[in-house]
Amino acid sequence: MSISSKIVDDFVAEGVEFITTVPCKQLAGVIDEVEARPEIHHVPSNKEDEGMGLCAGAFMGGKKPAIIMQNTAIGVTINTLATLTQFYRMPLPMLISYRGELREPVSCQVEMAVHTKALLNQMLIPTYHFHKEADAAELPEILKYCFMSNKPVAILTDASFWGGYGDQ
Amino acid sequence: MIRSDILREIAPILRDQLVVCNIGLPSQELHMIDDNAKNFYMLGTMGLSSSIGLGLAMAQDKTVISIDGDGSVLTNFGTLPTIANNVTDNYILLIIDNGSYGSTGDQPTYAGKKTKLEDVAKACGCENVVTCAAEDTGTVLQAAIDSRQMTIIVAKCESGNIKLPVITIDPVVIRHRFMEAVKA
Repeated sequence: MSISSKIVDDFVAEGVEFITTVPCKQLAGVIDEVEARPEIHHVPSNKEDEGMGLCAGAFMGGKKPAIIMQNTAIGVTINTLATLTQFYRMPLPMLISYRGELREPVSCQVEMAVHTKALLNQMLIPTYHFHKEADAAELPEILKYCFMSNKPVAILTDASFWGGYGDQ
Repeated sequence: MIRSDILREIAPILRDQLVVCNIGLPSQELHMIDDNAKNFYMLGTMGLSSSIGLGLAMAQDKTVISIDGDGSVLTNFGTLPTIANNVTDNYILLIIDNGSYGSTGDQPTYAGKKTKLEDVAKACGCENVVTCAAEDTGTVLQAAIDSRQMTIIVAKCESGNIKLPVITIDPVVIRHRFMEAVKA
């Protein structure tokens, strides 16, 4: 089974029914898998803070939500995380492609990578880093923890986890 | 008419629906006029009223009305294509367009100049876009509820604010009682 299928299986098994996505090259496989699953209402967003608004609404409507996005989005969503997700105590698993780590071909991605964990730490957001494929074995527990605690939780997935960028 | 006049007039219609209300004075006004558990007051996060309401409408069957402002829609312009491409027939976006950022001192918005939000919504692909004068908002809103079709309403009014207190209810209480009302 592909790692993308396993991740989406874990979301479905935990009862996640509403997922919004903003694409990243690294996340293309998992986004395709989300789109293909009838159990999941997939709504692409134009910007990640918009997506977090959709997730807040879906949660209040009784659905477990999740967002899939790139780590550059942390720069976009700090206010939304603080004043909506955290202030109203809502759960939000954030599956994040961690661009700008080892094997990154695009130098500009490093500029947000160096801030990513510091910002998440400053926001007191529980953060998990998947570097090897086996690390994804923790995903079901991370999702349970997120919905138990009613907090946003970050799952950073780097290029090594996804198998690099091919021939670049 | 100013925004608070519209809210006062449509309060009897809103009372029976789930309402997501925009940050700042609109929430404070609605809270003062008719506080109830079916109102979700945004205490922060400018721009996301339409997104929260759309997510809520997608997740369950009851009618949801997002009350937004022209300034807030300008802040989150990406919401209009998302709404257009995810038709959700229990969703109504009511944009109270007074051409100004009311909560911050009535600075003019571009919607009060050349930009017409109703034209933007149509260009984004929204199918039922209704523009109305402030005094017709109640009639148009009730018709949208009765139609069970996703509708974007742009209600034009004058800018201006009334003096009123901030909302002091804890956000978790607002959220909890709202979720109970959604389930009821």
